Amino acid sequence: MKASKTRAIASAAAAFALVTTACGSDDAADEPAAEPPVETEAAADEPAAEPAAEPAAEPAAEPMKIGIVAPSAENDLAWSQSMFDSVNRVGEGRDIEVAISGGLFVVEDAVAALRGYAEDGFDLVIAHGTQFGGPLQEIADDFPEVAFALGTSTDFFGKDNIFAYSVDAGQGGYVNGVMAAQLTASNVIGVVGPVPAGDAKLYIDGFVAGAEAQNPDAEVNVNYIDSFGDVQLASEAAKAHVANGADVLTGTAQMVVGATGVAAEEGIPWFGTQSNQTDLGADIVVSSQVYHWEIVLEQMLDKITAGTLGGEAFVISFENMGLEMEYNDGFGLDASVRESADATVAGISEGTIEVPAGE
Amino acid sequence: MGDFFTVSVLVATLASGIRLATPFLLAGLGETIGQRSGVLNLGVEGVMLLGAFTAYYVTLETDSPTLGILAAIMVGLMMGLVYAFITLVMQAEQGISGIGIYLFGLGFTDLLFQKNVGTPIPISGLGDIHIPLLSDIPKIGEIFFQHSLPVYVAFALVPVVWFMINKTTFGLNIRAVGETPEAADTLGVSVNGTRLITILIANTMACLAGAALALEVGIFQQNLTAGQGFIAIALVYFGAWRSYGVMLGALLFGVVQATVLQWKTLGIVEGAAASLAAMAPALLTIVVLVIVSRRVAAPSALTRPFDRSG
Repeated sequence: MKASKTRAIASAAAAFALVTTACGSDDAADEPAAEPPVETEAAADEPAAEPAAEPAAEPAAEPMKIGIVAPSAENDLAWSQSMFDSVNRVGEGRDIEVAISGGLFVVEDAVAALRGYAEDGFDLVIAHGTQFGGPLQEIADDFPEVAFALGTSTDFFGKDNIFAYSVDAGQGGYVNGVMAAQLTASNVIGVVGPVPAGDAKLYIDGFVAGAEAQNPDAEVNVNYIDSFGDVQLASEAAKAHVANGADVLTGTAQMVVGATGVAAEEGIPWFGTQSNQTDLGADIVVSSQVYHWEIVLEQMLDKITAGTLGGEAFVISFENMGLEMEYNDGFGLDASVRESADATVAGISEGTIEVPAGE
Repeated sequence: MGDFFTVSVLVATLASGIRLATPFLLAGLGETIGQRSGVLNLGVEGVMLLGAFTAYYVTLETDSPTLGILAAIMVGLMMGLVYAFITLVMQAEQGISGIGIYLFGLGFTDLLFQKNVGTPIPISGLGDIHIPLLSDIPKIGEIFFQHSLPVYVAFALVPVVWFMINKTTFGLNIRAVGETPEAADTLGVSVNGTRLITILIANTMACLAGAALALEVGIFQQNLTAGQGFIAIALVYFGAWRSYGVMLGALLFGVVQATVLQWKTLGIVEGAAASLAAMAPALLTIVVLVIVSRRVAAPSALTRPFDRSG
């Protein structure tokens, strides 16, 4: 009996060791706890310790450290990648050091990573997911010297160390809708969404408005599958749209890779958002609304350098170049449709076309 | 609601339900065999993920879904050996071990995907096989006979599993070691030998379920299975440890899911009602589980390791 208990304990320990190893799934760079440089605090202390010997020059030489916590993989061709690509673009003009923890769809895991970055003295800790907002309020109180950013959110909860960022995703949705309404022959368009909230809802509301403005006869069927990660449900939702006559599809969030597969299989035009989704279907992706978060990241970093750690909300849009329509040359979009899209972008930027802001 | 009752929509909904049921059915049948022999594996979800990633990655590299499936079968056998070592040799508590296997599968497939693939790249799946003559039958053919290979394999395995468990000596041994392993042992049946085989079968079928899913959607991403392995385990209880019961549960789950999807697509249910409707399959499963648990007993030796020395 004793022997069997010992074996049981040993095997459980072995299993947990196996699991622990496996769960450390990302790069060393992705692990907040494993990040070597904890020097930020030391660097901050340095001037106080030797004020006369080392005047103020050294801290400025330190790269700014940015930690990103995202719910899906950094290369998901959607939400998380939009931030990853943007930070890379920031890195082209600034000396920054970036660590990413992707795939943290479990909020508790994300919270641990956010705390880890804060404890390791990162200058800016980005919680890239609305769902992280609740716990972030508590974390921000525990680390008043660290700047946090939360998106998409328009609310920084009255905290002076939280920046909120969001996207006027309805703008690109509207442009995609205008084009989709011209490509449909059946006058039925299908949309696959995750949950009716955040930038997904803004995008879809804008898409529906654009399609209906362009073609009042167009019927836009929207299916929120209540999941950000269920690829098979997204695939079946797209098939349901096709069964109902849809000959143009769009969708948003990381599970749309299931829907783009159906579009590719059926040869149906697909409109993307968040990141450039051409890689998901070189023949079927028409255009993608691409998020350029670097527009707001640059502002945040400037403010942090100036000593402001939060208390402000930012929005990216066509007007501030935070949104961009990228077109897939491989699709062969009709020139007149492209012109109407360009005119719509101009109209939205100039304010002559009003995009619904969502409920 | 009227739109839903058009023939084309109903046909599409039923065909979708069958596709959605397939991973549940494959994993559930394997788990049924395992549980009938007294072995619970809560790690089905993790093994499915390993099968899904393997099939996806091998197909991506070789452009051969067949090789992808074969590789997934090999991984299933390997995971079976691992689980057999944990539960039969080390005699670890099966519930905790299964959770460990699940977490291993979740973390390890994400690691492999990030390191070896990164950005989701679509693969060409198996494609649909139209069964000659049968697929031409109006409506019926579209619902039942225009699917990919794993769908046919899953449903063909239902009578095979039933026959194996109920009509063969090996099936008798499975039932014996799952109910009274000590008695089976005194009659000369190798309890752990029988369980080793059922564990290998169960893990291989879980991997096949994952492979079927990845090849059906033509992509892999983190946590692709999204809880399907856990639902498959619930369906084993739902089906009262019988292959036809598991099939009924899987079909019910799949068809209800497909129906809700169609309702949302057609705007029949919207907003909060749509979210409530999305919970319908899970609620249905819970209700049936409650009913089944009062009427049918689980295998007596389920989760109990066998130690000849007592």
